[in-house]
Amino acid sequence: MRKISRWFQRNLIRIYAVIAFTYLFIPIAYTFAFSFNDGGKSNLIWKGFTLSNWQNPCGAPEVCTALGNSIKIGFLATTIATILGTMIAFAIGRHNFRGRSTTNLLIFLPMATPEIVLGASLLSLFLVFKINPGFWPTVIAHVMFCISFVVVTVKARIASLDPRLEQAAMDLYANEAETFRRVTLPLVAPGIAGAALLAFSLSFDDFIITNFNSGTMVTFPKFVYVSATRGIPPQANVIGSSMFILAITIVALGQFVGRKRKVS
Amino acid sequence: MADVSTSTRGDLRLTHLTKSYGDFNAVNDLSLTIPEGSFFALLGPSGCGKTTTLRMIAGLEEPTQGSISLGTTDITYTKPYQRPINTVFQNYALFPHLTIFENIAFGLRRRGIKDVDDAVNKALALVELPHLAQRKPTQLSGGQQQRIALARAIVNRPALLLLDEPLGALDLKLRRQMQIELKWIQKEVGITFVHVTHDQEEAMTMADTIAVMNEGEIEQMGSPADLYDNPKTAFVANFLGQSNLIKGTVTGNDGANQIVDLYGQKISLQKDRSHGVDSAIYAGIRPEKFRISRLQTATSGNILTGGKVEDVSYIGVSTQYQVMMPWGQELMVFEQNDDGVAPFSVGESVNISWEPIFTFGLRGDEDAEAGTEVNPEEDLDE
Repeated sequence: MRKISRWFQRNLIRIYAVIAFTYLFIPIAYTFAFSFNDGGKSNLIWKGFTLSNWQNPCGAPEVCTALGNSIKIGFLATTIATILGTMIAFAIGRHNFRGRSTTNLLIFLPMATPEIVLGASLLSLFLVFKINPGFWPTVIAHVMFCISFVVVTVKARIASLDPRLEQAAMDLYANEAETFRRVTLPLVAPGIAGAALLAFSLSFDDFIITNFNSGTMVTFPKFVYVSATRGIPPQANVIGSSMFILAITIVALGQFVGRKRKVS
Repeated sequence: MADVSTSTRGDLRLTHLTKSYGDFNAVNDLSLTIPEGSFFALLGPSGCGKTTTLRMIAGLEEPTQGSISLGTTDITYTKPYQRPINTVFQNYALFPHLTIFENIAFGLRRRGIKDVDDAVNKALALVELPHLAQRKPTQLSGGQQQRIALARAIVNRPALLLLDEPLGALDLKLRRQMQIELKWIQKEVGITFVHVTHDQEEAMTMADTIAVMNEGEIEQMGSPADLYDNPKTAFVANFLGQSNLIKGTVTGNDGANQIVDLYGQKISLQKDRSHGVDSAIYAGIRPEKFRISRLQTATSGNILTGGKVEDVSYIGVSTQYQVMMPWGQELMVFEQNDDGVAPFSVGESVNISWEPIFTFGLRGDEDAEAGTEVNPEEDLDE
């Protein structure tokens, strides 16, 4: 009896970890498994193993159009939000100006506001300006909520940057522009890259705000949502699983390169 | 960019330099000249304004008042990258994303020099780390980073090299070794070094001239021997080594000497070593200048009688005594263990004597404790 309780004590964290990860990964495993389901249009019941969904991911009508739209919007929104957000982060992190603390506060607002409110207000804003919902209004909406996350991420990186490094660069004959290009930017770059990845994933899977502002255009989350009523085609599972594998691969690669660099 | 490093040379002159933060003067009306080619130390406790002074020379802070000039060129308001001055920062500030080679080449490249290999390799050889050229700074030990920071500055052949507590992060043994090395490198390259430190031993080991700073002002400036043997203020007397300061009154003159009454006992003090302004005075004597003797032993020079040994610490090269005087003051006496005389024991009655030339006189209205209770920064860190 005592042996068992001691075993529990020693392995409590491990047991907890296994349970937690199981909980987290069951939906992903389900998605992955059902991407191999030979289910035809409805993908709710297991009907047998097939590779045909993976061989032809665009098999279901509209799925790849939706994916293409999501990727396009994601890239555009990420690029714009990363550039603007990085500039804001530098302004807030490095300079003292009138209204700095207000800006700081306002940056947090989109993160704190319920998406449903943001989506609805943006739509009414676009309608007031007589802009029809569609591709570009969606991009603008995505840029808006991505900026906040970019600012917060990049600002954290700037705050952890030792100001003496920039002083050392200036001391070593680099003027302001050169100091920024040769020292500040390379050192902040990992933060900017992280912010861009975050922005892309936020944009890619946004549904609520997109649903308000995209009109008839279909994005991938919208496609999944709409088809949910009559059964999501297994091709959606294929695309979801691929995205997951891609993300995991990028992270693993990053870790590997980072570790290798540290060793050599 | 123009080749700034060769265009301006000469003495560094600070004139009425002041840096204020609100009501607080970090540096207060500081004027001094640092001769070209010298090894100069700014010595003082934490918060005395020495680092602020250094940062103003580097161009990283703008003075509130006053001017800085190098040779005949006024550089008070020029940008750091326009000054032929390089700094070795306290925590080295090596660029973590660049190799050691590129770190050292950084200044040369910014000045538009294309062929940097030769200069960088020479600098690496000077600090004896040529094999580390392709490493990243994080792969180096603290001592190695320190040398690379030095190489990165020296490779530019600046008119002036600033060192901001460069040895503070190293352990004691490495610090001693680097002190000797830095001094050697300075002689080798002939660049003016301005070294900021709170470590009096470090300043005395390396510098030709030391300026002791306290509360934004220079207390005293001179060679290490000058400062130690003839301090002008209680702060200097206590901050550089230890001092016995005994309250007294000047009662008369005897040729080149003043006669000073210390609680009824007369001693003499050379006039040119007396920095008092009126008859109230502190007579100062370094503990190792004292001789301690039994009552029946004949002594010469200045003598104080009536002492009683309170405490004895044998520390190998010397024995340190605390001797209680009749007026209730404990004096420190350091005796070299080289005369075969058996150590004195606690409770013994003794006389204290010393050569009159070792006495220094301080103003009687000074705080005799000034400079004794300052915490060196390293103690706060550890």
